[in-house]
Amino acid sequence: MTGLFSDTFLAALLFGAVTAAIPLLLAGLGEQMSEKAGVLNIGIEGMMIAGAYVGFVCAFYSGSLWVGFLAGAAGGMVVAALMSLLCVRLGLNQIVIGIALTLGLEGLTALLYHFQFSRSYPRLPAAETLAVPLLSDIPLFGPALFRHHLIVYLAVAMVGVMAWLYRRTQFGLNLQAAGDKPAALDVAGIDVIRTRTVAVLFSGGMAGLGGAYLSNVGAGLFIPFITNGAGFLGIVLAMLARGRPIWVLIGAMIFGGCLSMTTAAQVAGVNVPIDVIQMLPFLAVMAMLVLFGRRASLPAALGIPYERGAR
Amino acid sequence: MTHDVSSAPAAGLDVSAAQVARSALIRRLATTIGPILISLVLAGCLLLALGVNPLSYYGFVVQRGVLSGLGLQQTLTRMAPLLFIASGLIVAFRAGMWNLGGDGQFLLGAVIAAASVTPMVQVLPVWLALLAASLLSILVAVFWSLLPALLRAYQGVNEIITTLMMSFLGVSLANVLVKLMFLDPGTTVPQTRTLAVEDRLPRLFDTTVTSGLVFGLMAIIIVHLMMTRTAFGLKLRMVGANPRAAIHAGLNVPLLTVAVFALSAGLIGLGGAVDILGIQGNVRADWNPAYGLAVIPVVFLARMNGFAAIAFVFLLSVLEIGGESAARKLGVPHYFTLVLISIVLLTLAVAEYIDHRFNQARKA
Repeated sequence: MTGLFSDTFLAALLFGAVTAAIPLLLAGLGEQMSEKAGVLNIGIEGMMIAGAYVGFVCAFYSGSLWVGFLAGAAGGMVVAALMSLLCVRLGLNQIVIGIALTLGLEGLTALLYHFQFSRSYPRLPAAETLAVPLLSDIPLFGPALFRHHLIVYLAVAMVGVMAWLYRRTQFGLNLQAAGDKPAALDVAGIDVIRTRTVAVLFSGGMAGLGGAYLSNVGAGLFIPFITNGAGFLGIVLAMLARGRPIWVLIGAMIFGGCLSMTTAAQVAGVNVPIDVIQMLPFLAVMAMLVLFGRRASLPAALGIPYERGAR
Repeated sequence: MTHDVSSAPAAGLDVSAAQVARSALIRRLATTIGPILISLVLAGCLLLALGVNPLSYYGFVVQRGVLSGLGLQQTLTRMAPLLFIASGLIVAFRAGMWNLGGDGQFLLGAVIAAASVTPMVQVLPVWLALLAASLLSILVAVFWSLLPALLRAYQGVNEIITTLMMSFLGVSLANVLVKLMFLDPGTTVPQTRTLAVEDRLPRLFDTTVTSGLVFGLMAIIIVHLMMTRTAFGLKLRMVGANPRAAIHAGLNVPLLTVAVFALSAGLIGLGGAVDILGIQGNVRADWNPAYGLAVIPVVFLARMNGFAAIAFVFLLSVLEIGGESAARKLGVPHYFTLVLISIVLLTLAVAEYIDHRFNQARKA
């Protein structure tokens, strides 16, 4: 069992935790904005898998990861545009449409993958990493935390950007109002529908980017149903974070750690079924919900479509 | 979604009222069948784009799922567990609780049934062993829904998230149980002991259709009548329509919440038991048919009406059985069924919106 505690093993565990956390972070930040604006985006799992597939295909044919990331975000946004048309503009039930989009895109991406790649099973080359000068030389933590693809640092920086947006800008206040008291926002002369549409599009873009990271950097390939509930975890993170982006980051790292342990335990040859370890992140959520459930406050108008003049 | 077609007929029996009721029914049928046809065309375009002839695909699905004798029997057999899941979801959705944890409840019910029935069948009469195993499955599924129910009832925690989490946990736990505790030592593949075919739920007449189908039909009809015709059902629907008003009306909302979750999960767990005791006979490791997520849209399509749900469950079973054999014969993976269900759901939602708007415009 000495293998479990060696430096290289711990470094690999941490590195894996960051890699696993980034898609959750991106999806969680996206979902957070949409929930703030009053739209419960259950379709985020579908947006993520759309991003994972489109991102993979574009990265594979263009040979550039950045093209893949942009395409992934665009793919997620296209799905989000459909969702915002149906749920924000037409005011249809967000849970029904969300589940429909998730089921449909899981099926569609699996179907397209089957017809396109089922004989070749292509892989992408390992992603180039960017070592942060000085910091990456710290023993143990350096290689684990500061030798990642540039997109990882950008994703973490987004936490600061989002916090600034929510606290210091007019748009941040508009989002909050759209979720808590949309009628007041409407009276103030700001278009509720447009504010919510922007929020849903943003959540789709972030989820798509997270999906593209998952397939392009995390796995280096696409397989059907690759997101495996990551989008749902993003929803949980957003709910637990109570509107604070920093808590999305902290939560994502905790979950990333659990997911990374799954792989690490297999490598270390620990003799328990993989299912036991797969339960860890979900047990962590339930424990958090039991402990802090009462305080997981949500916007007052979450899930309720806005219709001007309706009571 | 709450207005019910069965409440449309007026008490007076004059001709105009009957005509109004009939035209309402016709419109409801048109707004259901029209979107399904549109969805079939849209999904057909996808097949065309993939280089598959949609007509031959749909023809094959209908041929295998309905017209061929064996296919129809498979379809009817598949309906049994789906009907139980649908009835469980109807209870929850009508009461405004989003129990999205069906897969975990179903699989745990299935594993417990499989693990408990084989030792019991050695010592007890077969019917008693089957009954006891079913009751155990119900208990375990109810237990699995208890945490989300209590969190929702007393802490106000959103049940969508908690039931989803418990579902992921339940699926993993079911696998762990199969691999570590209830392993059949007689086989190399990890699976539970197999219930002998002659000890399973009886088949109907001379067919291969399981009698679970009859129980499933009974369950969904009883649930429908309970929700629409009894005081208890009215209480549950009040909780769903407006929980705050229900509190003011003197209802014990937290208790009713727990009861809804228990009923819903119990029915879904029983579905798992019926699938094992009537059809599968054992649970293999990593077996997860994910019926729960597929039935949720079906219940919505049926507008939470039990009789409509029976028709849609039949349609889903045809698509699944036909789709599975089309996957083998025509090389179209069964993922296509998921896409088709999703398109049907989206077009139906839009059709309902247009119908609603059209009504409003006419009233104004």
